[in-house]
Amino acid sequence: MNSIALFIDGLTKYNFLQTALITAILVGIMSGIVGSFIILRGMSLMGDAISHAVLPGVAVAYMLGINLLLGASIFGLLAAMLIGFVTMKSQLKNDTAIGIVFSSFFALGFILISMAESATNLHHILFGNVLAVSDQDLITTAIVLVVVVLFVVLFYKELLITSFDNTFARAYGLKTQVLHYGLMMILTLVTVTALQTVGIILIVAMLITPAATAYLLTNKMSSMIMIAATFSVFASVIGLYFSFTFNWASGPAIVLTAAVFFLLAFLFSPKQGIFIKKRAAN
Amino acid sequence: MIKVRDMTVAYDSAPVFTNLSIQFEPGKITGIIGPNGAGKSTMIKGLLGLTSKQSGTATLADQPIAKQLKLIAYVEQRAALDLTFPINVLDTVLTGTYPNLGLFKVPGKKEEEAALAALTDVKLAEFNHRQISELSGGQLQRVFVARAIVQDADVIILDEPFVGIDMKSEADIMAILKKWRAAGKTIIVVNHDLNKVTTYFDDLVIINHGVVAQGQTQDVFTKKNITTAFSGDLSNILFDEGEATHE
Repeated sequence: MNSIALFIDGLTKYNFLQTALITAILVGIMSGIVGSFIILRGMSLMGDAISHAVLPGVAVAYMLGINLLLGASIFGLLAAMLIGFVTMKSQLKNDTAIGIVFSSFFALGFILISMAESATNLHHILFGNVLAVSDQDLITTAIVLVVVVLFVVLFYKELLITSFDNTFARAYGLKTQVLHYGLMMILTLVTVTALQTVGIILIVAMLITPAATAYLLTNKMSSMIMIAATFSVFASVIGLYFSFTFNWASGPAIVLTAAVFFLLAFLFSPKQGIFIKKRAAN
Repeated sequence: MIKVRDMTVAYDSAPVFTNLSIQFEPGKITGIIGPNGAGKSTMIKGLLGLTSKQSGTATLADQPIAKQLKLIAYVEQRAALDLTFPINVLDTVLTGTYPNLGLFKVPGKKEEEAALAALTDVKLAEFNHRQISELSGGQLQRVFVARAIVQDADVIILDEPFVGIDMKSEADIMAILKKWRAAGKTIIVVNHDLNKVTTYFDDLVIINHGVVAQGQTQDVFTKKNITTAFSGDLSNILFDEGEATHE
């Protein structure tokens, strides 16, 4: 309990910890929202791919001194389009196309980053360092959250119908491809933002784990998004506490906390929990 | 009237059919029959632009269908959907209002009332809060028919609506199709069960990698056409038994 008091005391004293906490909360909300759509559309692997594929964009942005979001977005979208292109123009299945494209992008990014080593820290990009977030980063994060919320609110019914019944959406003339790439764009923005808190490697966990936890707990898409965002925020805050107290990397601390929530839901969810199901069966 | 002219669809360079021409008239229930893999669903998808076609045109009231997709309700084969999606019956039916809601608009009270009325029409009113995964095959098919009701389209296309459903659901759906017919809508049903062809369909199209025959059911559903599209054995069973019961 003493460590919790220390954490709260730290929050009142240190500006960097306040910034970290707010960033973690904002990133938690946006990854819960976007993650819900990622798992409902069966795109978990795609989420993983885009998050890795932004690495060369990050490197190029560092080298040229341009905005990180811009560089990363270009490479994230490029990867999404390449994956679509390879899937469409060959007999290969989508997961194979994803595997080829994202590993190549990641490898390229790795080499570029090591060339730009002086300006950046590879370890922090890969695993996150939320305690080093600047006020400028915080503002960018807040802007991205606003964009994500606006996107989901404005296109809620289009996102629902394309996730649930894409053929129906196409049959009434909805431009499902435009929406898909729009969502990929949003996913890229979230990825670059979440890079600060959990790092590139573990972003997919923030997208999938809280959303999967929520999926086990509700039967309504809007509730699922709310619950996912809530779990994601709790995981971020609790993870940050562990990171601060035990000097763990923030990414793994946050992701493990989210995994514990998932485990609890997996075992005890009234809807799908394996213990509850067993009891009902007996 | 829907007119399909000279449509060719090929997958991986092997044509499913070439230069296929069909028309569908309003105020009628038109059945499409043909053996497995004959191109029935592909024809529908080509007509709707869901599959790219190598050539041909599809028009509704002499205007390209691609520009009037909102006037067509398409009830896909059931198997294609993820039934674990977190959505209940009422919200599923409400998606039928999406085509006619503008961008940024979400269903309101009026849309909800329409959805509840449609669920009453298909006798599922008390199921509106059920998850779709908790329904039987027949109930689920009726949910999608309810969605088509809410869509209030001029043309309704159903792909294998009677596969794997109970007799009562089939009768309920058939009653809705007849209501649509009375309202002057164009109804197109892809079907593979030949037994009810003469009782269900006003017009009939027989397909086997192209049109074998089309026209009024009594003119088209003949031993000769069924032999051409399916097999001699099948037509012997269908028509000889039919004659036997006459005697």
